[in-house]
Amino acid sequence: MKRIYMDYSATTPVKQEVLDAMLPYFTEHFGNASSIHGYGQDAKKALEASRATIAGTIGAPADTFYFTGGGSEADNWALKGVMKANKNKGNHLITCKIEHHGILHTCETLEKEGFEVTYLDVDSEGMISLETLEAAIKPSTVMISIMFVNNEIGTMQPIAEIGKIARKHGLIFHTDAVQALGNVRINVDELNVDLMSFSAHKIYGPKGIGGLYIRKGIKIQNLIEGGAQERKRRAGTENLPGVVGFAKAAEIANENLDAHIEKLTYLRDRLVKGILESVEYSKSNGHPTLRHPGNVNVCFEFIEGEALLLSLNAKGIAGSSGSACTSGSLDPSHVLMSIGLPHEIAHGSLRLSLGDFNTEEEVDYAVESLVEVVHKLRMMSPLYDKVKGGK
Amino acid sequence: MYTDIVMDHFMNPRNVGEIENADGIGEVGNIKCGDIMRIYIKVENDVIEDIKFKTFGCGSAIAASSVATEIIMGMTVEDALKVTNKQVIDALGGLPPVKIHCSVLAEQALKAAIYDYATKNNLEFEGLKGYNPVEDHDHHDVVDIEF
Ligand SMILES: Cc1ncc(COP(=O)(O)O)c(C=O)c1O
Repeated sequence: MKRIYMDYSATTPVKQEVLDAMLPYFTEHFGNASSIHGYGQDAKKALEASRATIAGTIGAPADTFYFTGGGSEADNWALKGVMKANKNKGNHLITCKIEHHGILHTCETLEKEGFEVTYLDVDSEGMISLETLEAAIKPSTVMISIMFVNNEIGTMQPIAEIGKIARKHGLIFHTDAVQALGNVRINVDELNVDLMSFSAHKIYGPKGIGGLYIRKGIKIQNLIEGGAQERKRRAGTENLPGVVGFAKAAEIANENLDAHIEKLTYLRDRLVKGILESVEYSKSNGHPTLRHPGNVNVCFEFIEGEALLLSLNAKGIAGSSGSACTSGSLDPSHVLMSIGLPHEIAHGSLRLSLGDFNTEEEVDYAVESLVEVVHKLRMMSPLYDKVKGGK
Repeated sequence: MYTDIVMDHFMNPRNVGEIENADGIGEVGNIKCGDIMRIYIKVENDVIEDIKFKTFGCGSAIAASSVATEIIMGMTVEDALKVTNKQVIDALGGLPPVKIHCSVLAEQALKAAIYDYATKNNLEFEGLKGYNPVEDHDHHDVVDIEF
């Protein structure tokens, strides 16, 4: 059976060129970048070249980019590090309700430590309101953290506008750009961003490596204490294969960005249109245009997301869902709740996230399969016959 | 995560549908929590001659409904009332801990259907003593992972 991967927002395969670039750093160039000898110096050179490459793709000076163990660490570091280092300015942080748990759970921890957090609502398309944001600012506000692209529904926030508001009020602005990198052009100056989180495994790079951009002059405490790596800001022997792989992935993503966006947008729109036209009682979530080029998020009434995923998997299609059953929690995803979906609709959510290796044929097969699978599950559903009046 | 038996019952559910003029219908679960199970029974001479289900829910909810109908088909009403969620789990070759509540739902849906039958026919069953049809829905444990 053919297998079709449509879960690129969860993670991506490592591209061959990326793997090729990484391999020598496991065996030949295995040195510790802090060592004086030739092995160490080779590693150091690759480390700094990689840093410059990645920083270059976001319009940042090389020495403002710090490697981390992934996107979650970058989020933790940005929020905890900035709030703790700027206590003299205040204790208030503004974020929004649809952030990744890397942000939300960090905020909850900060609240327990005495910081104050405002969680902004979003509208039915997942957008924050700039007016509400500005109104939430108070004298004790230190920082705003609003994600760039939402991982579930794909909605893209007006980052440059948020940055302007932050500037106007002298606030520090962080954005979680994990889903944005490689899917939208990023320039830290044009966007007025002070800190930005990244992760390599969403852009065809390896897992367990990411980074945090920190604008010069921003006060931030360390999260990981130890050796003097990353200019004394993030301890730990550098993950050189990861670093090199991240840089290669960022370079490829940057070179192909326009073509990537164009291709995915076409496939995404074809997929959404196909689903909405051929399955009744279905609804697309997120913003219709200001969204991740590969993100499709649809709700199917009267059926449950996990059952849908298992049935799709049996047809070789890999997707994900925000239903309670797939997360193992009681409620459907906080994102779907925040855009105002009733529980019973949110339980039937499906995310198909497209990437570089998907084809038009796969998209059409996915639509066909969905028609079948949704029909089969609805025929079993006691909610469906109530609507159909069949009974 | 699921056994082959669970997957088989999910992909090829037995006894899906409804029974015209059923002798008893039981519906349990909660749309907010994402699972509703409805069981129809046809009873003749105190024996469950036919049983069908409709379920809105996850893979294990559908599999639990399916396997429960297989267990119960042909049983006397009194014996059916003794069927426990543990039997449903065993017949499925096990369920992940967070899905145990699906088997509880199957047990409750069956009880509700028999209660409906008993009420309509003014019958009393030993296994229904102290039964309260008010729903006591079982909840999942909470763990969350997000990508
Ligand atoms: C928006 C967002 N932020 C943060 C993360 C966490 O990144 P990582 O898996 O590298 O820790 C993810 C993905 O899991 C994400 O989608």
